[in-house]
Amino acid sequence: MTDTESAASFAEPQLDSPLPVGSENEPVSAKPLGLWADTWRRLRRNKLALVGLGIIIVFLVIGVAQIIAGVTGIHGGYLAPYNPNAVNYTIAKAPPSLAHPFGTDYIGRDVFSRVLVASRISLLVGVIAVSIALALGLALGPLSGYYGGAIDSVIMRVADVFFAFPYILFVLLLVVVLGPGFRNVFIAIGLLSWASYARLVRGTVLSIKTQEYVEAAKAAGASDLRIVFGHVLPNSMAPVYVAIAMGIGGAIVTEAALSFLGIGVQPPTASWGNMISDYLNYLQAGQWWMELFPCLALVITVFGFISFGNGLRDATDPKLKE
Amino acid sequence: MSAILEVGDLKKHFPIRSGVLKRTTGHVYAVDGVSFAIQEGETLGLVGESGCGKSTTGRVLLRLLPATGGSVLFDGLDVMAAPRAALQRLRRDMQIVFQDPYACLNPRRTVKNIIAEPLRIHDIGTEAERKRRVFELLETVGLTVEHAERYPHEFSGGQRQRIGVARALALNPRLIICDEPVSALDVSIQAQMINLLEDLQKELKLTYLFIAHDLSVVKHISDRVAVMYLGKIVEIADSKLLYVKPQHPYTEALLSAVPIPDPRTERKRRRVILEGDVPSPANPPSGCVFHPRCPRMQPDPCTIAMPPLEVVGTAGADQKVACYFPTLYDPAGGSPASA
Repeated sequence: MTDTESAASFAEPQLDSPLPVGSENEPVSAKPLGLWADTWRRLRRNKLALVGLGIIIVFLVIGVAQIIAGVTGIHGGYLAPYNPNAVNYTIAKAPPSLAHPFGTDYIGRDVFSRVLVASRISLLVGVIAVSIALALGLALGPLSGYYGGAIDSVIMRVADVFFAFPYILFVLLLVVVLGPGFRNVFIAIGLLSWASYARLVRGTVLSIKTQEYVEAAKAAGASDLRIVFGHVLPNSMAPVYVAIAMGIGGAIVTEAALSFLGIGVQPPTASWGNMISDYLNYLQAGQWWMELFPCLALVITVFGFISFGNGLRDATDPKLKE
Repeated sequence: MSAILEVGDLKKHFPIRSGVLKRTTGHVYAVDGVSFAIQEGETLGLVGESGCGKSTTGRVLLRLLPATGGSVLFDGLDVMAAPRAALQRLRRDMQIVFQDPYACLNPRRTVKNIIAEPLRIHDIGTEAERKRRVFELLETVGLTVEHAERYPHEFSGGQRQRIGVARALALNPRLIICDEPVSALDVSIQAQMINLLEDLQKELKLTYLFIAHDLSVVKHISDRVAVMYLGKIVEIADSKLLYVKPQHPYTEALLSAVPIPDPRTERKRRRVILEGDVPSPANPPSGCVFHPRCPRMQPDPCTIAMPPLEVVGTAGADQKVACYFPTLYDPAGGSPASA
């Protein structure tokens, strides 16, 4: 129970600390907890969210390891039992075994190694696409919410345009324009999902900017920049963290969809999407393992992000506070 | 004594926009022609029901909201027209203490950061000097140095309000606008807060504009009191005079609503109970704003024009009232001569 104990002592304000000074003898009950301590306390009770968090951690560890290997070239640039691109016809279409736990594909590549290495693409697309969208959203959202008026109208109408188009079609169009390849997929997904972040941040900025501490900063002569980045944004971020978790899951799915359609990550580079596409034909022939494992990897990872995001939203929702 | 703040015909109208094109379809007359002056070192109480425009007045004075019209002179300097640099300078002299102890402190900043921010904005002192100043301020408001590294949520309402006061004091202001600084506190804490504000006033020679809806609190701290109703000041007087010899029927009604903690006296006194509700400031009544609820209303002149705020009858220069039929007092005695 050390975990619970340490979390509890972190969450509870120290009761033996010097309390009211002088003649002030107010009751000290009902002290609200810090935002993070409070969120974690409620998140811990949500089993599904914890499972999601566990999946995210495993995914991050594997993905980061692949990226490090890829960048430094250690172990041939991959961290897997076999070279994910090594063709060996003598063992083609082998079902799962101890040597090849996920079996081999139609030209003898190790499916397990490919699934592992492909996590790199998914991690990159999640992080980069969401970063691009977030950078745009965090720049335009506060601008829109804080200044209001004409700036707000213009930004929000542009956002409406982005919402009006069917998302996947828009991404498809953009990738066709930019040309296929994973860099362009990242950019396309990032450019097209800024609107939801901008709208989200705008909403919270609208409510935070009327708080008295914002007025206090104004009365002290703080510049708009100081007010927005020092006071308004830091207090508007809770729903954004939820959107980030959900957004990474969404970006991973979108990349998989684009790769499945053949305009995303190009073979032989392994991505879960192009593997699912590539191995589809072998499902009918009964060679299920090629298709199953990349599918499972995709589903489990996205499930992790979505369920963690859901849990985080519940944990930060003030309406659910007891 | 000279006036530190002179407010002339101050107006703040909020546009009501509706429709797709956001056309202005009306105005909320939150503050509608308010004039008063505050002398250096005194406390002017500003009282009125919620929605009468008293908090808006405070915010417009500090230019937290742009005024629709009128003038505000601080030390003879035009606050409304001050360019950026001059306004920054003015902000060091005029500060505000807020009503809600839970909303007035950024929950993500330590107390030290909160109190030091005005110093940082105005680039005063080195980091070490600012830290010393924060410690000094904490002690001034009755907190201790150990509180500096904590977050607002670790404090009670009264303590938070003290932190808010420390922040307002950081720049050594001359005028502090207290926007209902005690109305969110327990009654037992209110007195401590009032005493703190009074001590600070003596020590630091502060001038207060004290906004409140609680007449007994205002009576205790104010030298003079202005009564606001629907965006206008209806009576302004020396606080001793106002509480003993109110002239405006609205002031009388407010005073008669203050409970007296003695049931015998309470039973004996005459209570003025107003009919109806405060009209909407978006659609104020014609003539005197108080006429729909006024027991002394006469169609002419009350519904035709707002009476000016002026000295009436035998009252001294310390009392001005905006009423056609104010209560007049016998200059010798205390009882109303005629009504």
